[in-house]
Amino acid sequence: MSASAPLPDSASSIPYAVEMRGIVKRFPGVLANDHVDFDLRPGEVHALLGENGAGKSTLMNILSGLYRPDAGLIRVNGRPVHFNSPRDAIAAGLGMVHQHFMLVPTQTVTENIILGLSEPRFFLPLDQLDQRVLALQEQYGLRVDPKARIWQLSVGEQQRVEILKMLYRGANVLIMDEPTAVLTPQEVEELFHTLRAMVARGHSVIFISHKLDEVLKISNRITVLRQGRVAASGIPAHEATKAQLAQLMVGREVVFTVRKKPVQPGEVVLSVEDVCAENDRGLPALRHFSIQVRAGEIVGIAGVAGNGQSELAQVITGLRRCSCGRVVIAGEDIANRPPRAAIERHVAHIPEDRHGVGSSPGLSLAENLIMKSHRRPPISNGWVLNLPMIRRQAAQLKDEYNIIAPSVEVQARLLSGGNLQKAILAREISAGPRLIIAVQPTRGLDVGAIETVQNLLLKEREHGAAILLISEELEELLTLSDRIVGMYEGRHMGELNAEEATLAAIGLMMAGTPQGKPATR
Amino acid sequence: MTGQEMSANPVGGQGWQFPFSISIEPRLTVPKWLPALISVGSLGVAFVIGGIVLAVAGGNPLAIYAHLIRAAFGDIGVFNDTLVKASPLMLVGLACALAFRMKLWNIGAEGQFFLGAWGASAVVLAPILPRDTPAILMIPTMMLAGVACGALWGLIPGFLKAKFNVNEIITTLMMNYIAVSWVLFWVFGEWSESGFQMSPMFPRNAWLPRLTDYAAQIPQFAGLTLHAGILFGLIVSVVVWFITSRSRWGYEIRLIGDNKEAARYAGVDIARNTMLLMMVSGGIAGLAGMAEIAGVVHRLQGAISNNYGFTGIIIAWLAKLNPFAVILVSVLFGGLIQAGREIQPSGVPRMLQGIILFCVIAGDVLLRYRIQITRR
Ligand SMILES: Nc1ncnc2c1ncn2[C@@H]1O[C@H](COP(=O)(O)OP(=O)(O)OP(=O)(O)O)[C@@H](O)[C@H]1O
Ligand SMILES: [Mg+2]
Repeated sequence: MSASAPLPDSASSIPYAVEMRGIVKRFPGVLANDHVDFDLRPGEVHALLGENGAGKSTLMNILSGLYRPDAGLIRVNGRPVHFNSPRDAIAAGLGMVHQHFMLVPTQTVTENIILGLSEPRFFLPLDQLDQRVLALQEQYGLRVDPKARIWQLSVGEQQRVEILKMLYRGANVLIMDEPTAVLTPQEVEELFHTLRAMVARGHSVIFISHKLDEVLKISNRITVLRQGRVAASGIPAHEATKAQLAQLMVGREVVFTVRKKPVQPGEVVLSVEDVCAENDRGLPALRHFSIQVRAGEIVGIAGVAGNGQSELAQVITGLRRCSCGRVVIAGEDIANRPPRAAIERHVAHIPEDRHGVGSSPGLSLAENLIMKSHRRPPISNGWVLNLPMIRRQAAQLKDEYNIIAPSVEVQARLLSGGNLQKAILAREISAGPRLIIAVQPTRGLDVGAIETVQNLLLKEREHGAAILLISEELEELLTLSDRIVGMYEGRHMGELNAEEATLAAIGLMMAGTPQGKPATR
Repeated sequence: MTGQEMSANPVGGQGWQFPFSISIEPRLTVPKWLPALISVGSLGVAFVIGGIVLAVAGGNPLAIYAHLIRAAFGDIGVFNDTLVKASPLMLVGLACALAFRMKLWNIGAEGQFFLGAWGASAVVLAPILPRDTPAILMIPTMMLAGVACGALWGLIPGFLKAKFNVNEIITTLMMNYIAVSWVLFWVFGEWSESGFQMSPMFPRNAWLPRLTDYAAQIPQFAGLTLHAGILFGLIVSVVVWFITSRSRWGYEIRLIGDNKEAARYAGVDIARNTMLLMMVSGGIAGLAGMAEIAGVVHRLQGAISNNYGFTGIIIAWLAKLNPFAVILVSVLFGGLIQAGREIQPSGVPRMLQGIILFCVIAGDVLLRYRIQITRR
């Protein structure tokens, strides 16, 4: 409790907004929280940092009433509380925005906001409610059309609806679990604007993120968890440095530079030629897009989310139909062939949606690790699965890729977000791919894991794999890519070599101004 | 914006407050033992509710239950009859359990059962094989025909689902009625025995071996009609277990059932698996029809199923899709059907079946939600 923190209150007479003492939470095989102390002052943004699987989500799930602690005490505004459910937590003024939104896609914003409330009881005076929602938006700078239906909204807008939902329920403390992982830089700015407005009105915020720059920018104090324990408690953000935080999280020094060896690119492995495709809503997502990736090179795609990058990855891997053009992999056109065609040509795919596409939540970690390889020996011999082999291989990958889980038999849905991502990476990269389609490969990973994954991708490049990297992290694109292609509204906005690429030039391409070399076919 | 808690007090009056509050929250993890406990619990609750209904109707529930148990499990004779009833239930329950693994809602086991019976009968009645074919050839051919016809009856909705995304619940349900009519068409017409609405009796070489057939060697078997069909059930349960938990195909089935998108991403052919699984499921139900015809009825007629196809759905659910649990639950339901024939009014076991289904479905809520009652 350093009194030097630049806080609206440093007087000790005002009780903490939230105080957690000695919280213990044990899951089968893991001690997720080991006597964790955490406190939140009124009117502050308190960041919670930690490695993947350190127990951040667990701690916040306890605070939001989803889990019950095995031991420990929670006080809200100085009064002890016992939550049996999220309802209790909301009643006490604590609202959590999960990384996975819980909205009904076919209903409007207002309908989603009032969903589950007992008032109004019978009739929905929707216009009146819309007005109330608008008034809330006004106060906090959360713009979103109350009459819009959820499926029409971008991810950032959906997140605003989640925040509005909590504010509407009278939440005084907002808990946000990795809110920025899915946002564009512009949307992050808007979120921060909102958070500042909330703090100004006396709310407090708990903010989980793996992005240290953001944490340093938005938070007043920082608490770091490591392996379920507090590694640093409430250090003032203005005294912290990135390197120090990284070291606290991982327990070793993290070098923020990744070394890229020169590699002479080989033959063309992937050639996307003149491809058109539609998105889920039937609107054009790719408009005559072309790109080539050669063995031993990383080609990065820069673009604001929703400009066709996801669709491009899906067309290449056979998950989406294209209405024109060719997708040539190692000399063979596989456009509109089933996904298996790409798999058989050793195309690895790290999908954007790790819960919905990249993994099967109800199956075990081991079973998730054999997706795709389950057809071939040694995983299966003819009809029969080789269970000992599956277990052995899973244990090996778990060690090699540092996937933190109590055993390889746990259901994938119980893995922490970052560890699930590591499992997907382990599966895809260990298959020895010729082409890797990596979409946001480091999203949700801690700094240590990011370094590992980036080095893994570079190693694959040295081994001659062709890599298409789709990322919204410009830093990542710049460090890893040999060439960077801009993408805007499904069109090719030109190509820059790694040496000539600057943040400014990439920004222009992302905004729709062609730069560098035009697309070649 | 108050009243966040679901109050057990319906009017929400200000003065007196119900001393407990009830909250319902989604369950995040399901302990391994919970499904079994809930299944047993739902059964228990069903019998309690049934008992209340019986008491209200003026009966003595305990006496009636005791009577039911005696009528189904009381001596070797009735237990034999219970197992005879359980034999088709096992197969049909396994057919449903397998399809449900992929979240393929095959409600058509009844129709596939009828088609299986029809196919097996056709071997004898069409005739496909001469009447005096030795059993060693006759029986396997009938099995094959029964499985093939059931599989075909499953394949049709499977194909419609795979190619045109037609809801399989509706198609399989509708095809039940077609299947029954199809069998009636044959027993009223072509295969009718001198105008009666049933076919002539099959020759002995088309009968499945029964215990009583060996009474000459083992006198205790005399009068026991338990037939080889129960072995089909036991063998198929091992096969189904092997498919779902040990085979590559079973892995794909579970993957599709758990997350279709991930299955597609992993290159699993969902259309092909849908058709294949509906065929196998239909084939197992068809085998049940064959076993019933060749083991019990020994002729084709309209009334060959005690609603076996539909009971199979309840059994699969109560067994939580576990193939070995299907065997146990089938014996229990065989007992209920058996008791229904023995005692008057026979409506009681039927009512119990209905209540059990109701409780099983209601009990599933406990798997997904945690209900907490706390003192205010
Ligand atoms: N419901 C659960 N059952 C069993 N184990 C769980 C459960 N929830 C979390 N865990 C385990 O507890 C540990 C902590 O997980 P948690 O989700 O809190 O990590 P985290 O700090 O949020 O990580 P990340 O940054 O990857 O999201 C992990 O090892 C995870 O596998
Ligand atoms: Mg987490």
